[in-house]
Amino acid sequence: MPFSLKLEKRLEESKIIAFLVPLGSLLLALVFGAILLQSVGADPLRTYSAMIEGAFGTPVQWTQGDFYALTETLVKATPLMICGLAVSIAFRMLFWNIGAEGQLVMGGFAAGAVALWLPGMAPWLPHWAFLPLMALAGIVAGAAWGILPGLLKAYVKVNEIITTLMLNYIAILWLQYLYYGPWKDPKGFGFPGTAQFEPFTWLPRLIGRVHWGLVFALLAAIFIWLILSRTRWGYEIRLIGENPVAARYAGINIGRNIVLVMFLSGGLAGLAGMAEVAGISHRLQHGLAVGYGFTAIIVAWLAKLNPWGVVVVAFLLAALLVGGDQIQITMGLPAAMASVLQGAILFFMLGGNILTRYRVRIVRSLPAECTQEG
Amino acid sequence: MDRSDRPPAVEMRGIVKRFPGVLANDHIHFAVHAGEIHALLGENGAGKSTLMNILSGLYRPDAGEIWICPRGQTQPRRVDIRSPRDAINLGIGMVHQHFMLVPTLTVAENVILGLKDPRFLLRMRHVEEKIKQLSRQYHLQVDPSAYIWQLSVGEQQRVEIIKLLYRGAEVLILDEPTAVLTPQEAEELGRTLRRMAEEGKAIIFITHKLDEVIVFSDRVTVLRAGRNIATLDTARTDKAELARLMVGREVLFRVEKPAGVVCTNGEPPVLEVIQVEALNDRGLPALQGVSLEVCSGEIVGIAGVAGNGQRELAEVVTGLRPVTRGRVLVRGQDLTNQPPLRFIEAGVSHIPGDRLGMGLAGNLPVSDNLVMKAYRREPIANGPFLSRRAVLSFAQKLIQAFQIVTPTASVPVRTLSGGNLQKTILAREITASRDFASDHRRVLVAIHPTRGLDVGATEAVHRTLLEQRAQGAAILLISEDLEELLALADRIAVMYEGCIMGVVDATSANIEQLGLMMAGETHMTKETADRL
Ligand SMILES: Nc1ncnc2c1ncn2[C@@H]1O[C@H](COP(=O)(O)OP(=O)(O)OP(=O)(O)O)[C@@H](O)[C@H]1O
Ligand SMILES: [Mg+2]
Repeated sequence: MPFSLKLEKRLEESKIIAFLVPLGSLLLALVFGAILLQSVGADPLRTYSAMIEGAFGTPVQWTQGDFYALTETLVKATPLMICGLAVSIAFRMLFWNIGAEGQLVMGGFAAGAVALWLPGMAPWLPHWAFLPLMALAGIVAGAAWGILPGLLKAYVKVNEIITTLMLNYIAILWLQYLYYGPWKDPKGFGFPGTAQFEPFTWLPRLIGRVHWGLVFALLAAIFIWLILSRTRWGYEIRLIGENPVAARYAGINIGRNIVLVMFLSGGLAGLAGMAEVAGISHRLQHGLAVGYGFTAIIVAWLAKLNPWGVVVVAFLLAALLVGGDQIQITMGLPAAMASVLQGAILFFMLGGNILTRYRVRIVRSLPAECTQEG
Repeated sequence: MDRSDRPPAVEMRGIVKRFPGVLANDHIHFAVHAGEIHALLGENGAGKSTLMNILSGLYRPDAGEIWICPRGQTQPRRVDIRSPRDAINLGIGMVHQHFMLVPTLTVAENVILGLKDPRFLLRMRHVEEKIKQLSRQYHLQVDPSAYIWQLSVGEQQRVEIIKLLYRGAEVLILDEPTAVLTPQEAEELGRTLRRMAEEGKAIIFITHKLDEVIVFSDRVTVLRAGRNIATLDTARTDKAELARLMVGREVLFRVEKPAGVVCTNGEPPVLEVIQVEALNDRGLPALQGVSLEVCSGEIVGIAGVAGNGQRELAEVVTGLRPVTRGRVLVRGQDLTNQPPLRFIEAGVSHIPGDRLGMGLAGNLPVSDNLVMKAYRREPIANGPFLSRRAVLSFAQKLIQAFQIVTPTASVPVRTLSGGNLQKTILAREITASRDFASDHRRVLVAIHPTRGLDVGATEAVHRTLLEQRAQGAAILLISEDLEELLALADRIAVMYEGCIMGVVDATSANIEQLGLMMAGETHMTKETADRL
């Protein structure tokens, strides 16, 4: 009998499914990866355990006080968390901000500008004042980069997907121009990048390279969660996200909310940029624009725009990135292999998402005639 | 009809369907024969839509069986309907209350949408031919090449029916088909249904209008609280008995309307619309110089066939649509082209026609929907914060006061039955206008406030509106139901193509006269206006 596969919308999204599907997707991805690894002659199990060790370390290492792997994962998770929160708050009200990357870069640029030039310009400023000023500069610059498409959308109805995307490139190229050109470190042996900042502009570190940015991230999650669930503004954001027509009907000014939310979204991404330059690189250089702002979109989506979900997903995704990098070193696998594995896992996770909302059915073509069985 | 010797075309046995907190269908037995029109009656939330959604494959029952016996067969067989496609393959099709057509496609394209049949080559001409033939056969007038967005609601409904006929449906389910129709269209639909029944099709239609049950149907099934209370031959029952079965008590069909206060005491009107012009969503003129006054303690009805500017008028007087000319005054305050919030704060409340489209956010809980207008004020607002406890207690209060049937205040509002959706809006809006207006002179704009409501709920809404009137509210009531307008309004204005054709006193108006004015055929405007 002929049959076909069919997708059917689920009427109710069940909690069990919401839990089982990601798990199943992960397993499938691992199986897929295993076949791939086998085909290039690598041992899948050893590769996977190397990945896990690369991302989290081993108990033996922990007892010896070696938390290098774990802290590296947290370092990567920090900007993913902040940007994931930034993106998700905008997505909440159906504003498709895919410009977190540019907003992050502008935040980093502004914080870097303060760190590089303010000490010379205002030598009387106490050292403790610099970090708050850098954070402020980062937030303001990121927010400005976010407000611009917000204003365009709210008052001239320009599609924000295009504007936020394009502003990314302007920001990234602007930064490149600076560290390749006028701001390049004259003592840097020709390497692109600015001079190192003064140590008093560095964000204090907590453990390993983990810096105060992680605290910012967790505070931001609490902040966003509070806004969404406990404030009038959060109520307006949720209402706009669920039904913009009803929101307008309820007297909510949608344009104003777009601008405000983009201030918050861009500001957060800018803060992530500040934390990166002040906490990790201590200079402006290529490492600032490595795609955290784009990966954040995946983080927000997998987390279903839930602030706590963002924290967890960002951590897991960071683990995937760090673990993937590690197997290049420990297993001697080509760099492309790690990317393929990372890509496969993400692909299956995102693809599996659809199964939480739809179910697959195998249908046999129904017989046209009524069989007379009674 | 030879019902006795043939098994029913469809038989549902012991159907049970539970939703969180509600038993929507409680061991329902329901059968419909080929060649009959079967009305399904019941209060809001009785489980009618649920039962039919099960039959049409949208929901799966928790228990129970469905047996069908297609035309030409003598033995029924048990079937498992897992999706709307299974249902249509078995010859069962449903027209939902919210049409599911794609506005940017033509009639013919909508009809074949989702069909597997012409896999590669689409012979649009054949499709159109077949549509024309069906529309001739059943007197369902549609132009196959017209775009859906060009069609009136009544025409769209005909497209939905043709869609089912095209797929060979033998059992047709219509969920509140007449709720959106004018009286003339409803009559026309009744004749179409009869024709299809005579062809040997089985017709199930859900309605809240007892008159239609009496006129259209052969048999009627009454559901109450998820149970089948009775299945009767229509010829052997009457409206009073049906209403009693439905509600479980005697029902008043008409609420008493006390004499109105006429705008004579020199008080300026609460709502004034002066020579207003406005565009519709497509940028075409929708209102062409409309003037209107509503006084405190008065209900002004707006009659007219849907699409003649009523919706736009409602949106203009609530601040949702900009006017291109003219002025809108509320309590003497010029609010022309002010944002909606200004209108809300001036005490203008709005019961929109499109409940889930505009009036509610379906996925948000009932409580969040109930505070949509109150969340800016104490005690729900606490500075920039929202007091969750206050939200819940506010919601609880309205749920009780307006008898909204919901398992809890935190279920998504879209799971409520049609009547309870409306009660949710009504509760919120009446409370809002009371809270915002500094005195009794508030404005209530209501569009089809009783569309889709059962007799009991309709009675409650009518009573609420009259109560508001007695308390001094100025009410603009937009409705296609002339009887409702005659029963409630003090004056009735008839709209046609964006103009007011005339205003008549409700006590002296009659349905025929209004009907003619609605069709724009007569120009009795002057005389009627003079007479008033
Ligand atoms: N998807 C759903 N989830 C949860 N509850 C539901 C859902 N659909 C219906 N219900 C509940 O089931 C009950 C029956 O609803 P149903 O829509 O069948 O009523 P109805 O008889 O069609 O009423 P109405 O005349 O108002 O349309 C209601 O209490 C409703 O709240
Ligand atoms: Mg219903």
